Amino acid sequence: MQPTSLAFQSKASSALADPNLQAALGGIKTGWQRGRILAAERLPEFEQLRDQARDIKNHALANLDFYLEAFEARVLDAGGQVHWARDAAEARRIVQEICEGAGARTVTKSKSMIAEEIGLNDHLEAAGITPVETDLGEYIIQLRKEPPSHLVGPAVHLTKDQVADLFEQTHGLPRTDDPTELVGQARTVLRQKYLAADVGITGANFLIAETGSAITVTNEGNAELTQGLPKVHVVIASLEKVIPSMEDAFTLLRVLARSATGQEFSAYTTVMTGPKRKGDLDGPEQFHVVLLDNGRTGMIGSKFQDMLRCIRCGACMNNCPVYLAAGGHAYGWVYVGPMGSVLTPQFVGIESAHTLPNASTFCGRCEEVCPVRIPLPNLMRHWREEQFKRQLVPSTVRQGLGTWGFLARRPALYRLATRVAMGVLGRLGRKRGRFASLPLAKGWTVSRDLPAPEGKTFMQQWRQRQRSRS
Amino acid sequence: MNSAESSPRPGPRVGLFVTCLVDLFRPSVGFAAVKLLEDAGCTVEVPEAQTCCGQPAFNSGDRATTEALVRGLIDAFEGYDYVVAPSGSCAGMLRTHVPDLFEDDPATAARGREFAGRCHELVSFLVDVLGVRAVPAQLERHATYHDSCAGLRELKIKRQPRLLLEGVAGLAVTEMQEPEVCCGFGGTFCVKYPQVSTKMVNNKAADIEGTGADLLLAGDLGCLMNMAGRLARRGSAVEVRHVAEVLAGELDAPPIGRPADA
Ligand code: SF4
Repeated sequence: MQPTSLAFQSKASSALADPNLQAALGGIKTGWQRGRILAAERLPEFEQLRDQARDIKNHALANLDFYLEAFEARVLDAGGQVHWARDAAEARRIVQEICEGAGARTVTKSKSMIAEEIGLNDHLEAAGITPVETDLGEYIIQLRKEPPSHLVGPAVHLTKDQVADLFEQTHGLPRTDDPTELVGQARTVLRQKYLAADVGITGANFLIAETGSAITVTNEGNAELTQGLPKVHVVIASLEKVIPSMEDAFTLLRVLARSATGQEFSAYTTVMTGPKRKGDLDGPEQFHVVLLDNGRTGMIGSKFQDMLRCIRCGACMNNCPVYLAAGGHAYGWVYVGPMGSVLTPQFVGIESAHTLPNASTFCGRCEEVCPVRIPLPNLMRHWREEQFKRQLVPSTVRQGLGTWGFLARRPALYRLATRVAMGVLGRLGRKRGRFASLPLAKGWTVSRDLPAPEGKTFMQQWRQRQRSRS
Repeated sequence: MNSAESSPRPGPRVGLFVTCLVDLFRPSVGFAAVKLLEDAGCTVEVPEAQTCCGQPAFNSGDRATTEALVRGLIDAFEGYDYVVAPSGSCAGMLRTHVPDLFEDDPATAARGREFAGRCHELVSFLVDVLGVRAVPAQLERHATYHDSCAGLRELKIKRQPRLLLEGVAGLAVTEMQEPEVCCGFGGTFCVKYPQVSTKMVNNKAADIEGTGADLLLAGDLGCLMNMAGRLARRGSAVEVRHVAEVLAGELDAPPIGRPADA
């Protein structure tokens, strides 16, 4: 997917003018945001659990090579295969080869952000293989030919009415806006495709080094069918998903569900270990794991290492006032919200995404809710430093900062300049106490007045006061 | 009232870090801070060589300018028992971010950490460090209090201003639905992304108006100017002041963004 992150500003503006989108985003506040608060209140040890979750991920990252090797060995033991992919192109090629090896015409997919990251669907389609999304949200955005707008709810930007319209057009059935009936329609369509699919592709929330299993959670049970029915099963996951043990996975799952939707546990937890064994009633004949690096090993030991703890719960976006105003598509690539503002520059280059780490007030709410305590604002600031270093800051901003910095480093000169400037502004603004418009302050005054300064600076008055006292 | 003469030990020597917005736009907040600190027994001085905490440069990714400015502040406030600022955001910069600066200069980094440990935001300093539990202020008004982000999340300022406001005679405080949600200021954010910022401050203004309060208080001038500017543009009657003005009983200046004779 070509990044369009540089257009954040204009996309956010259209998002703000779209009443459907604003209504849909409003639902996140009353739904998932509220759900998380209630779930956290119900679990007294929630904060401790977050510390544990952070520590598990830190430990795994500090020993990544060890746990990856252990994971690979266990997958092989169980009769599966592991494929290492350095980058997106390699991962796409590997998946395509597996599909071609199985003579696949259709593949079913359950939700995978890694598939989005590597642009798998477009690639498979170009190779004559039809990917069918089985997660309801993914299915909807696939029909609309849109990227996901949220980590957990890819179609969260749509209202129920918009989905009803879409299904009426594509399913050719009488229009219904009853949620249960809508889900039922999608199920009926998808059931047939499950049976026809030659390969099932799933993502993974965690890879377990101890057992060689991949774990994925869904609320629809679609991963079960995606991995269980076709004769070939492919798990695509990035390296940092590996953790030591099943016990660790359950600790992480407890914070994941609560942080994401406010559930105590996701409805379905699917554990996938190797192909069908003798005596198993069902399961795939082949089990492949594609492990994607795509720059992640380069993040280890860098200022961005903390980001690799992310468990893709979406809490940072559910609680981000910028995301809730602009919506996911404004971010212009696969990952959105605060976590996307850190990850997107990593994957597409800061020169193509420097708008994102700047699209934050650093209010810190994301860090406050992140279950694995990722210091998201600090990481966004590191990108701003990178942007500044590489001269990607607009020259007007650079000059403004430069002038201000020059003065602020020279207190005597700064005093003089500010005394004169505030004197003038204070006089101009005295009558109304504020400015409705002011040259060079359009960004401010377009929607709010600028309070006028009192006139004399504090330092000026303080000096006078000290003089009169002595 | 607590006075320096009657206490057995001399009160701490506090360097007031005025902050650039208070210095330039609203000196009354600085004088209110001086009064609160002196009433609590501190000796207050205002070092001449101070300008800005460096936050605009820091948040724009300009490390070199940030470090130059912070180095100036460390020098200017050398020797004071405490450095106090009437802003959660500037105090947050000094207290929580300065220790991460000067990666290539261990000597200055050590000075920075020592300096950071002495820096405090005004209201939390009064309550948490000086143990102030009430101020002798009085105001017959209905107020609401906005939790500015940096103060709330970097410095855990939540209960302290409410505690002192509770003791202001005649003052009623009603909470917003979402007092902790960002007002959309964010320093340069508000001019870089004016539409998103407007949406945020508009939500905030509606929340403020929904309380029925006629006075909005907070501890950060940037946020206050943003909210005051939007409230005024909406034609709202809600007045806006820094919390220190109310606590110090220094209400001679007109509310933020209002003319002197109104
Ligand atoms: S950054 Fe934290 S809050 Fe955001 S998706 Fe990742 S784990 Fe969840």
